[in-house]
Amino acid sequence: MVEISPKAAFAKGFRATLPFLIVVTPFSMLFGVVAQEAGLQLAQTMGFTILVIAGAAQFAALQMMVDGATLPLVLLAALAVNLRMAMYSAALVPHLGKAPLRVRALAAYLLFDQTYAISVAAYEKDPTWQLPQKIGFYFGVAVPLASVWCSMTLVGALIGSAVPPEFALDFALPITFLALIAPMLRSLAHVVAALISVVVALALSSLPTGVGLIIAAIAAMVAGALVETWAERHSK
Amino acid sequence: MTWTNSEIWTIIGLLAVGTFAIRFSFLGLLGGATLPPVVLRLLRYTPVAVIPGMVAPLVLWPQATGGQTDLPRLLAALVTFGVGVWTKNLIASILSGAATLYAGLWFSGGLL
Repeated sequence: MVEISPKAAFAKGFRATLPFLIVVTPFSMLFGVVAQEAGLQLAQTMGFTILVIAGAAQFAALQMMVDGATLPLVLLAALAVNLRMAMYSAALVPHLGKAPLRVRALAAYLLFDQTYAISVAAYEKDPTWQLPQKIGFYFGVAVPLASVWCSMTLVGALIGSAVPPEFALDFALPITFLALIAPMLRSLAHVVAALISVVVALALSSLPTGVGLIIAAIAAMVAGALVETWAERHSK
Repeated sequence: MTWTNSEIWTIIGLLAVGTFAIRFSFLGLLGGATLPPVVLRLLRYTPVAVIPGMVAPLVLWPQATGGQTDLPRLLAALVTFGVGVWTKNLIASILSGAATLYAGLWFSGGLL
């Protein structure tokens, strides 16, 4: 097999990401629109997008802020949404663990669902790749995603204030979350976790905003893990 | 919203640091260390554990209608979710949910 240059690997990653940009574009615009709608200043909206740079967690933080949760609960809910990235971080160690520290730091900053999924799939498909190719491909995926995410949030934020209240943008967030979560229900364990989350959150909705959600999330994670363990035992 | 500017910037700053710490955790600091399988197993369920519980009250008791269950919003949620499960396509799911919401609001006289 002919070894490809890191540059060619970057181009390869870039091409693999193009279809995903179609999804990221409206999603990032939506964050801009909804953040302006919620009353954030333009700089704050962009601060979220550039510094936090994590779609679902940004939406989650915004929703908790609009709901009037306390500051620690806003943070807890948004960071809980991001916890899955620790798993991605661990999964990348065999591939990028030997890269220089600043490369790993930049890779961590740009670690999204898509960068993780697209890169690891490509690494497994072509095991001949060495560290330079892997790094090239990774940033070929990450750079267009991050650029589109940030620039399209700005576009959304700029047009956001022009949207009248009849358009029911209050419901843009729930719809986005439902669309995000539906494809994730790919096993019985995921379905059970989601159901427990809904039931416990609704049952505890009279607690201060966010408290019930944290309890529901913990219960749901444990339920998901238990069902997975149970399913494994029964498939053997 | 009742947040001051400094509070909003505090949230952004802490979330930025916290999110980076999560992303950098293994790649940056723990190096070759591996997570105990039970932890990995729990982490796998964080998105489906957090997001449904956050959305459910918003769907059943929307603030825009003062907490009253609202048929257009409920239908929009069901369609979004149904299309999402069926197609696994984020955009198709969002668009069909939005279309349902606007159709419902239009029929009930809420839109224009």
